[in-house]
Amino acid sequence: MSETIRRTPLHDEHVALGGRMVDFAGWRMPVQYAGIIEEHTAVRTGAGVFDVSHMGEFRVFGTGAKAALQRLITNDLDRIDEMGKALYTVMCDEDAGIIDDLIVYHTGDLEYLIVVNAANRETDWDWISSRMPDDVELADESDRTALIALQGPDALRIAGELAGEGWTAPERFAIGEAVFSTVPVLVARTGYTGEDGIELFCHASNASALWRALLSFEEVAPCGLGARDTLRLEMGYPLYGSDMDRGVDPISARLGWVVPKEKTGYIGEAAIARIRQAGPERTLVGLTVSEGVPRHGHTVLHGGDEVGKVASGTFSPTLGHGIATAYVPAALAEPGTGLEIAIRRKVVRAVVTRPPFVKETSLTTGRS
Amino acid sequence: MYPNDLKYDREHEWVRVDGDLAIIGISHFAQDQLGEVVYVDLSSASGTIAAGDSFGEVESVKSVSELFCPVSGEIAEVNAALEDAPETVNEDPYGDGWMIKVKLSDPAEVDGLMDAAAYEAFLSEEA
Repeated sequence: MSETIRRTPLHDEHVALGGRMVDFAGWRMPVQYAGIIEEHTAVRTGAGVFDVSHMGEFRVFGTGAKAALQRLITNDLDRIDEMGKALYTVMCDEDAGIIDDLIVYHTGDLEYLIVVNAANRETDWDWISSRMPDDVELADESDRTALIALQGPDALRIAGELAGEGWTAPERFAIGEAVFSTVPVLVARTGYTGEDGIELFCHASNASALWRALLSFEEVAPCGLGARDTLRLEMGYPLYGSDMDRGVDPISARLGWVVPKEKTGYIGEAAIARIRQAGPERTLVGLTVSEGVPRHGHTVLHGGDEVGKVASGTFSPTLGHGIATAYVPAALAEPGTGLEIAIRRKVVRAVVTRPPFVKETSLTTGRS
Repeated sequence: MYPNDLKYDREHEWVRVDGDLAIIGISHFAQDQLGEVVYVDLSSASGTIAAGDSFGEVESVKSVSELFCPVSGEIAEVNAALEDAPETVNEDPYGDGWMIKVKLSDPAEVDGLMDAAAYEAFLSEEA
């Protein structure tokens, strides 16, 4: 396969900072700089920045934009009727298989900005663009857009210093405009770490200036995909490709909360209703182990019999032990249920745990 | 980075000979590639071991590596302190981060390992 590996507008910044570069979803990305645990801790206790410019951004505009999007996503755009609000959702096929999970921002009158996973950008584009009516314009803005996340209990204070006097941070799950240092940005109060923080959209040509402005604060640590993964898994946030894919529905993936029961007229509705009615056969659960590090693909056992595979697994830097997610039969999904995970040659005890694994962050305590 | 009094193998373990004992750990390069070590499993390290056999695993947040014994003999001691302080492997790979001690059955095996200069040449080839 000779597919070209893409680089974000911040590629050279990562290399200059000593980032360890790896190929991820077709992109050359930093997996770590100083070390995953150090970066993880910086985000839990101070602030960290992440280059997430590999994510895809599509703009949907027109008189029919809302109706067209409503048909594609499971969550309800009525929840973000107010301009500037954001909504987490999934997009399913007719069989309820999850095509992607995404965030929809209501960025303007008749306009929505949607952020999709890097690995799904082409699939999503094909799926969405082939289902847009004539009164809707769809634009792929991914190549001209950089996305930088600033996360941690100190994130909002730093954002305030960069934005200058008179700026008010958007509410949680809302988006607004600002100028950070000299760079015009869209500021979204969203993230994938469980900490308070923001995600900044800017033109690709301004990415380096914004990145450097953020890193001019001594307490801000550059963070790679490694810490991004440990942070999100501690919160139990699902990752597309590990915790969900086209083969699972949102109910089994424990994402029923993004599929409001009263919503009608979207793709996958009938299949989801059937699964909801019957109850899912298998569901995604959290697992805690006291020794070893569970990883994607390890076998999950119950009384010695295989009952599933680890979907996501890592060492939790905050808790100091391994954590994981796995699809298991619904009968074994109750928190406290004792299972086992075969970590290569060793079988270790695993206890079903309701995520988030880490309960206290700046989002839950408001210490920011 | 690569002390002259040690021998190295291609799996990035080092050996320090002390009488008829070989002290074994992983090199600076290995710990750096792994990143912060969170788990060292030496539970399978006991009894006799042949050169090339696995004696355990070392794990970081992102990856896991099998540990291979560069020499043959009888496992005399394992570094139990690493169970509670796995980060010692990063902090002091050639000192407190040692992993096992092996009573050599064939001391000549050590001569077949790389010295520091040869190991550094091997690393630059790999890079």
